[in-house]
Amino acid sequence: MSYHAPYPQPTGEPAIIDNAFVEHVRRDMLAFAQLQLRDAALAEDAVQDALTAALTGGKDFAGRSALKTWVFGILRHKIVDLIRQQSRTTPISAFGDDEDSLDQAFDSLFKENAHWQPAHRPAAWGDPEASLRDKHFWAVFDACLTHLPKNTARVFMMREFLELDTGEVCTAAGISTSNCHVILHRARSALRGCLEKSWFLAGERPC
Amino acid sequence: MLSCKDATRRMSEAEDRELALSERLELGMHLALCKGCRNYQQHLHVLREACRGYRDELTGDEPRAEADSGER
Repeated sequence: MSYHAPYPQPTGEPAIIDNAFVEHVRRDMLAFAQLQLRDAALAEDAVQDALTAALTGGKDFAGRSALKTWVFGILRHKIVDLIRQQSRTTPISAFGDDEDSLDQAFDSLFKENAHWQPAHRPAAWGDPEASLRDKHFWAVFDACLTHLPKNTARVFMMREFLELDTGEVCTAAGISTSNCHVILHRARSALRGCLEKSWFLAGERPC
Repeated sequence: MLSCKDATRRMSEAEDRELALSERLELGMHLALCKGCRNYQQHLHVLREACRGYRDELTGDEPRAEADSGER
């Protein structure tokens, strides 16, 4: 499919929204949708719908940045709608085999009395700001996100990436508030553990 | 006194709902005495910043098309 046709474009000014730009936005949108939905076909549909709606909407864009913001706004709604629809037929469960193994890994950090095992007591992460500027860190972060089980990821991403409030997240996922908190806590502890193991304690890194 | 495990759960909930005063006090007392949990709290903050950074990079309020090297 092509997106040549109806971009609103003021005459006499250089084209700011060309095919290469649309392809670039589309790629970012797909990565975003895929991370959240964990379903390639569904992600493709969401992106296609959002792009079509944005580019045929006849809205006048002040520039590339405005188009990108607008189109991601539409995508965000599409993603929440899709999750909401799916959770009606297949409710998101707080528990499953993948979730069990995350919980076991988390439990193993603690002693019988629920205080830290000395070997697993969290240590301060050195200079996290520098990590956030390091492109290798982002590759690790991406891998950690991708490793989250699907339901855990969907709930966590709605909260942190789509920035829904907790009530909206629970409603869209069709789960109770307390299950919602369980899932979010599980996601954070899994990501924390993954970042610690794969980055902050990983010792020598390639530069 | 909260256990460390309860404290981690409460720190997570603090990101998602407003804690009651009593819950905040309990957590505050625990954190004052527990370095491991204070570090865990730091990790949660880093995680939140990382999520924001990752999202902003993809959704880019800043246009980054021109300088795009195909690497994220």
